Amino acid sequence: MNRLKTLVLVLLLAVASWARVGTLVQQAPPKAKELSNPFDGQKRAQLAGAKLFARECAACHGPNGIGMGKAPPLNQSDVHEAVPGALFWVLRNGSMKRGMPSFAHLPEPQRWQIIVYLKTLKDR
Amino acid sequence: MKSGLKRCRRRAPWLLFTAVCLCPVYALAGEGPFLITYTHQMEEPGNLEITTKSVTGKPADGNRFLGSALEFEYGLKAWWTTEVYLDGQITARDSTVFTGYRWENRFRVLPREHWINPVLYVEFENINGADKSLLEVVDNDGEGDLTGLNSENRAEKKREIEAKLILGSYFKGWTFAENLIAEKNVKHAPFEFGYAVGISRPLALAARPDRCNLCPENFQAGVELYGGLGTHEHFGLSDTSHYLAPTVAWTLASGPRFTVSPTFGITETSAKFLLRFAVSYELDQFGRTARRLVRNMGGGR
Repeated sequence: MNRLKTLVLVLLLAVASWARVGTLVQQAPPKAKELSNPFDGQKRAQLAGAKLFARECAACHGPNGIGMGKAPPLNQSDVHEAVPGALFWVLRNGSMKRGMPSFAHLPEPQRWQIIVYLKTLKDR
Repeated sequence: MKSGLKRCRRRAPWLLFTAVCLCPVYALAGEGPFLITYTHQMEEPGNLEITTKSVTGKPADGNRFLGSALEFEYGLKAWWTTEVYLDGQITARDSTVFTGYRWENRFRVLPREHWINPVLYVEFENINGADKSLLEVVDNDGEGDLTGLNSENRAEKKREIEAKLILGSYFKGWTFAENLIAEKNVKHAPFEFGYAVGISRPLALAARPDRCNLCPENFQAGVELYGGLGTHEHFGLSDTSHYLAPTVAWTLASGPRFTVSPTFGITETSAKFLLRFAVSYELDQFGRTARRLVRNMGGGR
C-alpha cells in the first residue's frame, strides 16, 4: 500500500514538473495573465518600446528579436499570441534557470512599452 | 604547450581590449543612483559593467583626499554576479597610493520577484589602512580614519571578510533597498556591523519614443542613509558615524551613466561633508564576445 502511495506521489510530481516545462510565457500564472496593457495599440508606446528593446533586450535576443545563441527568438507566434499579462510576468520575473534576468528594475510603464513593441515583431 | 600558454598570456590584454571595443551595445547600468546601497538587481549574464567610484573630502585634522575604486562587475549567471575592485587614493601634500583590492559575489536567493527580495553578498577585501574609497561604513569608522600619513597608514593590513544581507523592493517606480553589513578581519578584531538604506525613483516612469539625453526617464534621484552599528561586543549607535546622501544619476542615450552624491555627516564622529561621484558603462554580452575571440584565436592556430 505504501509503495503504491509512493508511486502515485512520484507520478504526480513528475506530471507537475512536466506541466511546468514549456515556454516561459506558458508558465505565467492565470492571475498575471489577466493584466491588460495600458499602452495597447499606441504608436508612441511602440516607438518607445523599440528604443527600450534595443537597449535592454537586443544584445541577447538579437535585433528585431530574431534570437541569438541560447536566447530564443521573440518574433514567433508564441510571443505574438501571448496575452500581454503573461509577457509582463516574464519580464518581471525572468528565469534564473534559463539565464533570463528579471527586468523588474524597469518601471512598469517601460515594461508595458516593450510589450507593445514585442507584439509587432512577428515575421520581421 | 608552454609556448602556447605564453602566447595566450601575451595576447590576453589585447583580447580584453578588443572584446571591449567589439561591445558597442550597452544596457542601462546597475544599481540605480545609489553609490553605497545595493539593490537586489543583478548584473545580466555575460554583461560587464565598468565603474569608477570616487569620493573627495577634507577632514578637519587632515588634508583633502580623493579616494577611488575601479569596479569590474560581471554577470556570471542570472543569480550570480561577481565584482573586482581596485582601490587607490590621492592625498594633498602627501602621496598617491594603491590601497588594495576587493572581490565580491552576490547571490540572488529567490527565483521570482517578490515584495522583498533577498540577495546574499560575500566579499574578501585585501586593503590597507590608507584606503579611502569608503565603500561602506561599519563599526566606529569615522573622520579620524581619513587623517594620518599614507606611509604610516599603509602599514596596517586589512584582510577582511564582509557579508551583507541585501533586501530590495520595487513599488510603483520606487526602488527601496536595505543592506545589513557584517565585517570581520580574518586575523583578529571582533565582528563589525553597519547598515545602508536607500530610496530612489526615475523622474519619469514611461520612456519617450525618441533617443534623447535629457529625457526625464534618464534621470534617477534618490537618497541614501548609511552608517556603523558598532561591534558584536559594543553593538549600537554610540560613537558611530552616519551619513545622509541625496543622489542623482544621469544616463546618456549612448550608455555612460554619471552619478553624483553630496554626502553629509550627521553625527559628531562623521566627516562633515564628502562628495561622491561615479561614472559607469555597461558592455552588453562582453562574455560572449570574449569567448568568440578566444575561439577564433584557437581556430586560427
